[in-house]
Amino acid sequence: MLELKNICFSAENDDGTKEILKNINLKIDTGFVVITGPNGGGKSTLAKIISGIIKPTSGQILLDGEDITELSVTDRAKRGISFAFQQPVRFKGITVHDLISLAAGKKIGITEACDYLSQVGLCARDYINREVNASLSGGELKRIEIATVLARSTKVSIFDEPEAGIDLWSFNSLIKVFEKMHSTLGGSIIIISHQERILNIADRIVVVSAGNIKSIGTKEEILPDLLGTADRGCKALAASAEV
Amino acid sequence: MNSTELELLKIIADMDGTPEGAYNIRANSGLTDRRVTENIDIKTKTDKSGIDIIIKPGTKGEKVHIPVIISESGLTENVYNDFIIGENADVEIVAGCGIHNCGDGESRHDGIHSFFVGKNARVRYVEKHFGGGDGNGERNMNPTTVVNIAEGGYMEMETTQIEGIDSTKRVTKARLADNATLVIKEKLMTHGSQRAETDFTVDLDGENSSANVISRSVAKENSYQLFISKINGNNICNGHTECDAIIMDNAHVSAVPEITANHIDASLIHEAAIGKIAGEQLIKLMTLGLTEQEAEEQIVNGFLK
Repeated sequence: MLELKNICFSAENDDGTKEILKNINLKIDTGFVVITGPNGGGKSTLAKIISGIIKPTSGQILLDGEDITELSVTDRAKRGISFAFQQPVRFKGITVHDLISLAAGKKIGITEACDYLSQVGLCARDYINREVNASLSGGELKRIEIATVLARSTKVSIFDEPEAGIDLWSFNSLIKVFEKMHSTLGGSIIIISHQERILNIADRIVVVSAGNIKSIGTKEEILPDLLGTADRGCKALAASAEV
Repeated sequence: MNSTELELLKIIADMDGTPEGAYNIRANSGLTDRRVTENIDIKTKTDKSGIDIIIKPGTKGEKVHIPVIISESGLTENVYNDFIIGENADVEIVAGCGIHNCGDGESRHDGIHSFFVGKNARVRYVEKHFGGGDGNGERNMNPTTVVNIAEGGYMEMETTQIEGIDSTKRVTKARLADNATLVIKEKLMTHGSQRAETDFTVDLDGENSSANVISRSVAKENSYQLFISKINGNNICNGHTECDAIIMDNAHVSAVPEITANHIDASLIHEAAIGKIAGEQLIKLMTLGLTEQEAEEQIVNGFLK
């Protein structure tokens, strides 16, 4: 179980100090947790704090009861935290096969590597020996990024907006990937997303807004409110347009 | 041959025992072993140090190994090798030089390799440089390569210097006739206080000739690299030169690409990029469980692969 206690994070900018996260308290058990909320609300910062890429200004992070707040990115990865970047990184010279092997933590065969790629909807043989460089499109990179997390199969997997850059045709298979992970891995799968269809498969939804947790609950509890607000917003817009 | 020398041969020429095909092994400035074949002749020069490698027209799919090793400290040599590749031949030449210096004297190999690639011939030339041994004496290499490619000829040149050479100055000059093609791929890594200079000059004289000069390098610690690449487009031709360097620690890297069009239909491009390893690349690999140092190694090895 992952537990965030009183997590605060502030960053310096031109206007002085800005509070990005304000006293976040959150317990994440096994299952699907989808973190949603408006852009700039602090969702990605929260994911980076869990994976250790940024250190909180104050607060504590516990993984299965162990305080991991001071642990490096590497040590957290070794303890079973995986993170799929919102904007995947490119590497000249490192092939897709190399990257998946590194993720798996051992030299894996072509068949196994291809299996991970097929799961994310890439025709594996075409990709396995390609370099993870600028010749790949954003969508292709994004799927390879997800495949690296699949290959790691750890107890905590975090995906930062996995749907971004993925076409509609592949979106269904993406949902299946998460569902399969859920059933085979049994760990915590944390997905930052704005997509209604991803929200729909959540066991719990956490709404983060302006650095705070605005609400937590099952999709039955949260979704009507979220979508209802959107609906009212549209009606308001429509009304103003009529004037 | 002792175990050090055999090890050097393995590193620079992928040779484990006697290679297939023709070969000429030069160790400590003397001929150690040679084999010629029906199609490939190797002759010792009579007027100066070096050999002539003569490949008969139409020779297909054969390999020639011509490694050079120096294991005596303080030995310096200057070698002239000529490669005459007959028309329509298609061969691979594996050269390479290894220096193992355990002493305090400078060990140096300077070589001038001249290629005459015949009409419609294809040649792949692979050259690896390596220095080892724990002595204080410098391990230096200064290879000069002169390339002449006749009509329709093709040459691919792969040069690698990854470890242990204190100072190197590589000069390559090429002249291409009609429809000739030259591809150069250079890989270089320097560390400590090593210096490496590369100077390519390619004259695209022939109609529809083309050249692609690609360099990838990593400069670590206090090392210095200078990359000069000049392509002159003297006819309807295509030229491309690319230098991509990773800089680390206190290293210095200069990239000086120069393209000159002397013909209205010469199409020439140069690209040069120098930069450190991106922080996000390190972080991505660290999220896969690698330490920062392991991540750095993977990035560098991949880059130079």
